[in-house]
Amino acid sequence: MDFALTPEQQSFRDEVRHWLERNLPRSWAERLHGGSDIPRPEAYEFLRNWQRKMYDAGFVGLTWPKECGGRGLTFMEEMILHEEMALAQAPPVLNILAIGMAGPTIIAYGTEEQKKRFPPKMLSCEEIWCQGYSEPNAGSDLASLGTRAVKDGEYYVVNGQKVWTSLAHVADWMMLLARTDPDAPKHKGITYFLLDMHTPGVTVKPLKQITGDAEFNEVYFDNVRVHESQILGGLNNGWAVGLTTLMYERLALGFGLQVRLRIALDSLVALARRTTKNGTPASQDPVIRQKLAQLWIDTEVFKYTGARAITRLLKGELPGPEASTGKMMWVEGHQRLQELAMEIEGPYAQLTRGSAWAIADGLWQHTFLRSRANSIEGGTTEIQRNIIGERVLGLPKG
Amino acid sequence: MNFGFNEEQELLRSTARKFFENECPSDVVRRLMETPEGMSPALWTKLAEQGWTGLIYPEEFDGMGLGLVDLVVLMEEMGRAVVPGPYFSTLLLGGLALLEAGSDAQKKEWLPRIASGHKRVTLAWMEPSAILGPDGVTLSVTRKNGRFVLSGTKLFVPDAHTADAIVVAARTSPGGGDGAGVSLFLLPKDTAGMEVKLLPTMDQTRKLCEVTLRDAQVDADALVGAADRGFIPMGRALDRATVALCAEMCGGAQKVLDMTVEYAKIRQAFGRPIGSYQGVKHKAADMLVDVENSKSITYYAAWALDEGAAEGPLAVSMAKAYVSDAFRRVAALGIQLHGGIGFTWEHDLHLYFKRAKGSEFAFGDATYHRERVAQFVNL
Repeated sequence: MDFALTPEQQSFRDEVRHWLERNLPRSWAERLHGGSDIPRPEAYEFLRNWQRKMYDAGFVGLTWPKECGGRGLTFMEEMILHEEMALAQAPPVLNILAIGMAGPTIIAYGTEEQKKRFPPKMLSCEEIWCQGYSEPNAGSDLASLGTRAVKDGEYYVVNGQKVWTSLAHVADWMMLLARTDPDAPKHKGITYFLLDMHTPGVTVKPLKQITGDAEFNEVYFDNVRVHESQILGGLNNGWAVGLTTLMYERLALGFGLQVRLRIALDSLVALARRTTKNGTPASQDPVIRQKLAQLWIDTEVFKYTGARAITRLLKGELPGPEASTGKMMWVEGHQRLQELAMEIEGPYAQLTRGSAWAIADGLWQHTFLRSRANSIEGGTTEIQRNIIGERVLGLPKG
Repeated sequence: MNFGFNEEQELLRSTARKFFENECPSDVVRRLMETPEGMSPALWTKLAEQGWTGLIYPEEFDGMGLGLVDLVVLMEEMGRAVVPGPYFSTLLLGGLALLEAGSDAQKKEWLPRIASGHKRVTLAWMEPSAILGPDGVTLSVTRKNGRFVLSGTKLFVPDAHTADAIVVAARTSPGGGDGAGVSLFLLPKDTAGMEVKLLPTMDQTRKLCEVTLRDAQVDADALVGAADRGFIPMGRALDRATVALCAEMCGGAQKVLDMTVEYAKIRQAFGRPIGSYQGVKHKAADMLVDVENSKSITYYAAWALDEGAAEGPLAVSMAKAYVSDAFRRVAALGIQLHGGIGFTWEHDLHLYFKRAKGSEFAFGDATYHRERVAQFVNL
């Protein structure tokens, strides 16, 4: 057991730290920081430029092979990067669905041409990706999805609808799961397509959420023609390919989420220090202190459970279903963190952006509302518990 | 970075698991917990033969010279088997207090005998006030003809009734909040004026005593280390003991989870195994999260102390705060998911449930350690 960094890792950490010191946009936190995992719409342009800057410096896609535009480093460097970004309170990477999910899946399953074509533009944020999985009637039970793709010569004609699609309104590409064999058992008739969002017949309709923002979308397909060369991982093999994506999602989120939680916690501590409760700073209130300390502990615990998973990865083992515990922990911790922000603000918690009395221009009100989605998106907490129960503990299916 | 155990540590784990399955199965635990002594001299000898009674002492004192990370492995296995007896109080309390605070002569005299299994020493630290900080140490000391005279009451002293000697924390000068003014004394079991009374405890596998001193006189060489400077070295011993306890708790929690999952797979209700119901499955998943997280933070704390890292004491408090709550939750869910059978004396679950409750309050509960975390991180 050894948490110490090797000299190479230390010099990588110094490289990241110095770069962040010189390049971090100073005022971004006040303007745009949300503490939630998906950035607000008004931040997209800013974040696109930020990712580009990070990419030019060689800090995006660390673990990707060099021929795909990455640096061929290990998850250790990835973790160091995320930790330094947290310490510096750096903005997140916008094209997270590409970096965390689509990219690794293409690297794992793609043809040589696909591997050459897509990854570099993901890293540079030239092409933003979204994920076409969930449908109005296929959420937790994803395999029952109904979007159809019917063969027509060299093309497949797609009809149907996706929903809760983050970033679809700015995305250039989609990871699309569609049914190609309606007669096969439901897991076996699905194909994974790489869909150009600018293809005729694709309609994106923003979906207004309880925050008032529209970061999610509905996506409609009306006779959308996709060339067969855009199939990833083989016809009717989409379920296996899609699961790989989800596995990487949980892994990528594991790094990213710990960082976001840490950044949000630092902001919360700052809020508690400057907010007065009964005449003293909230951070001196014994009950609030207990809650803050527990969040501090949980954030650290999250980090070390992640570190144990990374140790397995570094030994060459695949991320296992254990990765599900990370998502659950983050959800529970982040929702509790946001509730605590409201508790610290007290009656001011009612005021939103637009009021001169609102604390931090209503930032926490937004992140608080946004956090309700955490236990639903990316696999509900109930589904995560099923996965842990069945795949880790070996309990029988219901 | 490598956050896993090495081959030797994995070997220690499998050796220890087999050892306790053979030497300390649940019927032995139950037999011993019913006796006042709560220990078996034969088992003690076997622990010593393995070298485990000196596992973390330096080799110059006949120890194995291993670290806390190694000990964590053994403690997890002891917790898994709810091993009763004075191993914890001897190796980690009395012995470590001597190692941290004692003079060379005291260490040479006592540690090899502890390591060989011939002597047992515990630590009398808390008092009826149950204050954990230095202010809690009020036991009075006066000097008379070059000897020390001690008077006062120590409470929650583990295994004092079977120890050969007790390290007693006492107040030698007013001091302040930094721990100055507290001295440690080593009192042999037959010291005149010392009375040891066994306390009935919820967790019968862990014996706690009241130690009363009435003008108990000891020689000048009974002072352990420097006068007025005992609290800080004792604190270092307690930090290690706390992490070892967390490891023991992890082992117990893992065992409860294992028993519960096993049962949920075979117990049928409404024609299906109860583990197929989400009401059961989801609670089992929550238990797993608690168990895995407990291990993560405990391993980290052990590593931080072994390395002498600056964040060591913070890591200790994070671990104790987390694991105290987690083991309590896991043990309670274990009973719940077993249903009625889990509430019977016959089933082993209550041994773990009670161990969880006792461990929760040893060395400070979650609330105490959360406040310590708040202070360490300057909240």
